[in-house]
Amino acid sequence: MAKPKLAIYWASSCGGCDIAILDIEDKILDVAAFFDVCFWPCATDFKYDDVRKMADKSITLTLFNGAIRSSENYEIAKLLRQKSVVLCAFGGCASEGGIPGLANFYDKKSIMEYAYVLSPSVEANGHVIPQPETEVKEGKLEIPYLWNTVRSLRQVVDVDYIIPGCPPQSDQIAAVVAAVIDILQNGKPLPPKGTVLGASEKSCCDDCPRQRNIKKIKQFKRPFESVTDPDLCLMEQGIVCMGPATRAGCGAKCVKAGVPCRGCYGLPANCRDQGAKMASAIASVIDSTDPKEIDHIISGIADPLGTFYRFSLADSMLRRVQS
Amino acid sequence: MSFEPRIVGFLCNWCSYTGADLAGTARMKYPPNVLPIRVMCSGRVDPGFILDAFRNGADGVLVCGCHPGDCHYVEGNYKCLRRIPLTKKILQGMGIPPERLRLEWVSASEGALFQEVITEFTAQIQALGPMHLTDWAFDPDAAEHEPVGAGKE
Repeated sequence: MAKPKLAIYWASSCGGCDIAILDIEDKILDVAAFFDVCFWPCATDFKYDDVRKMADKSITLTLFNGAIRSSENYEIAKLLRQKSVVLCAFGGCASEGGIPGLANFYDKKSIMEYAYVLSPSVEANGHVIPQPETEVKEGKLEIPYLWNTVRSLRQVVDVDYIIPGCPPQSDQIAAVVAAVIDILQNGKPLPPKGTVLGASEKSCCDDCPRQRNIKKIKQFKRPFESVTDPDLCLMEQGIVCMGPATRAGCGAKCVKAGVPCRGCYGLPANCRDQGAKMASAIASVIDSTDPKEIDHIISGIADPLGTFYRFSLADSMLRRVQS
Repeated sequence: MSFEPRIVGFLCNWCSYTGADLAGTARMKYPPNVLPIRVMCSGRVDPGFILDAFRNGADGVLVCGCHPGDCHYVEGNYKCLRRIPLTKKILQGMGIPPERLRLEWVSASEGALFQEVITEFTAQIQALGPMHLTDWAFDPDAAEHEPVGAGKE
């Protein structure tokens, strides 16, 4: 019997998700033994045309990481959706927009202008803004163009499952891979569509080993501004920790290392907007009823927008004002 | 035609909604621009409700609750008091003027104050003009042609 086909693709991403897949160590050999890896630009040499030639629904599983922010990202997302039986949004960018989603604070024009004209590292006479089409003597050259807005994979194509995390933790990936192999080998039913795999329904705080008391915060601090108690909840110590508004699944790795949660596993179940949830949670624990003092305490939160929406801006309810 | 703003008003069940009722039964006149939504407490108003209202086309959002110290649930309005400034910071970051979100305390007996707040807030939003937010909803056809009308979405 022919092996089931596996495709792994990176759209607008850093490549960390691909590394995380390799980080499952010796289990990668099980993947190679069980699957026929038919497309994995990060690790193997295949061309888009090879995928175009495949029959529809001939790829059993596609792990798609990265956000959708260019015409190329979108074209391949559509192509892989068409060719795959199961399409997984793999990692924070594919599921919620991730770090590239932060570009949605601005429109394409101002991003291009900053990157190619205003940025201090641009040569004084540089000012060359890439164009999607260029005429050369051999003919017309085309490159993909950026979108005005970054989107998550599930905002543009139909996605079957979501594996959150930036990147998804290797033990979780290994468990998902083992489960997929088990399902395919033993003909077990697939989980319901839309299931979040490799993570829990609860929030990151549920996995956190630190001691929690009633939180009353008079002052927010950035991590470098204080020496924290290693056994006490970071939020109680005035450090903005995204734990309450983040899905559990990572095993609370950051907080165990003394670093506040950054929210990479995305919004927990039954939550629509991670940043709003965080704003709600953090406002509840501020210990003041005086508007002036509240303003002062809140001003201690450095960049609330970027902190609360670090991984989920594209998929959030926020919209920027039209320019 | 003058601009008629769309304002979403979250009114707490115990004070402000009753205050609005009083304004109504006393036949006080105020602009019809506020869409009232009754919530059990101003502390029930999650920042997400406010963001959702703006995303769906509200030009302004008004949150009304019991005066500090008078909350039916003891401290719900204090939670609201702390959430609003933080939500304003988030709105500001997206280029939305924070004045488009307003928190007011209106008790059940203050029908006249409710009338005043609505009149004033409507005028303020009218002066600010309509709000145009970028629509991120995905339209495959628009995406295909994005470079032509770059920035049109």
